[in-house]
Amino acid sequence: MTDHLQQTPEVKERFAQIYEREAILEVQHLGKRYVTAKGETEALRDINFRVHRRELVCVIGPSGCGKSTLIRILAGLESLSSGAVLVDGKPVSGPGRDRGMVFQGYSLFPWLTVKGNVMFGPEMSGHPHNIADGMARQWLELVGLTKFADAYPHELSGGMRQRVAIARALVNEPRILLMDEPFGALDAQTRAKMQSHLLDIWKNLDITILFITHDLDEAIYLADRILVLKAHPGEVQELIEVPVPRPRTPGQSMTAEFRATRAHLESLIHPPEVEAGTPEEAAVLGQSHMIRFTNVTDNVE
Amino acid sequence: MIARKLGSFLLPLLVWSLVSYLPFIWHPKVQVEAPGGVDYFLPGMLVDREEFAQQSADMRQQGLALPTGVPANPIYLPAPHQVAKALYTAFTTEPEQKDAPWLHESLWQSIQIILWGFLLSSAIGVPLGIVCGTYQSVGRLSEPFIEFFRYLPAPAFGALAVAVLGIYDGPKIAIIVIGTFFQQVLIIANTTRKLEATLIEAARTLGTRGVRLITRVVLPGILPDLYRDQRILLGWAWTYLIVAELIGTSSGITFFITQQARYQHFENVYAAMLIIGVIGFGSDLLLGRLGHFLFPWDRTRDRT
Ligand SMILES: Nc1ncnc2c1ncn2[C@@H]1O[C@H](COP(=O)(O)OP(=O)(O)OP(=O)(O)O)[C@@H](O)[C@H]1O
Ligand SMILES: [Mg+2]
Repeated sequence: MTDHLQQTPEVKERFAQIYEREAILEVQHLGKRYVTAKGETEALRDINFRVHRRELVCVIGPSGCGKSTLIRILAGLESLSSGAVLVDGKPVSGPGRDRGMVFQGYSLFPWLTVKGNVMFGPEMSGHPHNIADGMARQWLELVGLTKFADAYPHELSGGMRQRVAIARALVNEPRILLMDEPFGALDAQTRAKMQSHLLDIWKNLDITILFITHDLDEAIYLADRILVLKAHPGEVQELIEVPVPRPRTPGQSMTAEFRATRAHLESLIHPPEVEAGTPEEAAVLGQSHMIRFTNVTDNVE
Repeated sequence: MIARKLGSFLLPLLVWSLVSYLPFIWHPKVQVEAPGGVDYFLPGMLVDREEFAQQSADMRQQGLALPTGVPANPIYLPAPHQVAKALYTAFTTEPEQKDAPWLHESLWQSIQIILWGFLLSSAIGVPLGIVCGTYQSVGRLSEPFIEFFRYLPAPAFGALAVAVLGIYDGPKIAIIVIGTFFQQVLIIANTTRKLEATLIEAARTLGTRGVRLITRVVLPGILPDLYRDQRILLGWAWTYLIVAELIGTSSGITFFITQQARYQHFENVYAAMLIIGVIGFGSDLLLGRLGHFLFPWDRTRDRT
């Protein structure tokens, strides 16, 4: 059985190249506490990692381990309690055009057409209308939505909406694209299409991507490295180099490297000894006082 | 759509017609045609059916002329055709009382009061509501006070308004403003708060900040709901009209109605009520259609 640490010379070479590039994002001793009426929650504790230019890093971890908190801090939407976040060596203070964000719920502006949504960023940065229009058209072509330029978001399918959201973020030419479970709400087929679409876009741009997911296959398929977080408090468990060579294809999921990586991630996220997230969760799961909604006579098992 | 809405008016109209034109359904009165031997009956007078039967029996016993009459409804329930006629004459013939306003003059007066009151209230209430809903600190500072004021009944300000603003239109407009404004701020602040937070966050990551967050994100984001709120608030302004028009020199449609009721011209009262209903309902219907046209992206519109 191969190990996830075994890498072919090409893959080793590729990682060496990546590490030679400058670190575009640096997270140092990052901590985050939420103070609420019910008390304090430590969402993140002493997170350290760096992401290099044009790297694609996925973040996985159990629910509630602080993935969204982390990415929102990186986006500047949430304040940090301790430590520092540096983009291009400069500390982050508030949202900025150098970091684009794609949300799980699309969050397109419903009152703007598809093109209007994509034009929003350029208009905010002071581009005149016709220039913004041109930029938007170019991006809509890139994500294959030219035909829907004048449609409203509610007239689109989930996959199309997420493509608009990606175009809207990328038209601003950010250095880093932050994505919080962007494909979580899509069906399996659309999701697979969007994954290869994202890889296509990423290949052709000078962009660094930080991608949150709870789908292990998605993480392995997309990522150069995978940041595994553990919960309560959220801490870095491991930062794994994915040994699957590029270019990636869906067929690779049967290869030895892929399966070894998957097995390793599996063992990190669902450790062998039965242990659910919080003590309370464990208690609930342990007692298993789930109410039966079916009639006993129509036994399904 | 409109046909379906009008359809709901048919049943009440049918009931009204049946009660008015079929004597055996209700008609608790008798309208006297010839008094006969009854000394206090007058032609055209309305008397209770029992009373009429009693008097007829008495006359027969005394061998005097019997009174004649037809079954009728009470004075406060005129038949549809009477109201229709009143509606017609109200617009075509001079009012009976000298110096009394025409129906349309009274109406126009009322509409002006409402529009001015509503515009003044909205000019301050809408922006303030949006700011309260957007910035938590402003909301927390001003809303408790507004909440307190909301519970003070607008009529209580009547005397004060007259003292400050005189007896003509000033205090009437003020009552509409007071009745609308406080609700308006609270409702619109609430609507603003319901805007999806991620829309604002998305806009911030795209480089929006400061006032443009309000003008380019919050305002368009809440616009369909804001429009709906304003429609409801305009309806409320109509209910405050009654109070407003009774203070100072009474005026407008309320004056018209109370005058007509005093002279027992109930068909005129109904005609005026009908017109108010038509104006209120019609304008709301119109605004609703306009909303469809203005906000093609609004998905909740199908429910209204
Ligand atoms: N605004 C907030 N106020 C208080 N606590 C919060 C807030 N946001 C998140 N938390 C807490 O911080 C912890 C991490 O939450 P977060 O949403 O980042 O988890 P997550 O990894 O994204 O989970 P999921 O996979 O379910 O999306 C949780 O315990 C959560 O209760
Ligand atoms: Mg999350």
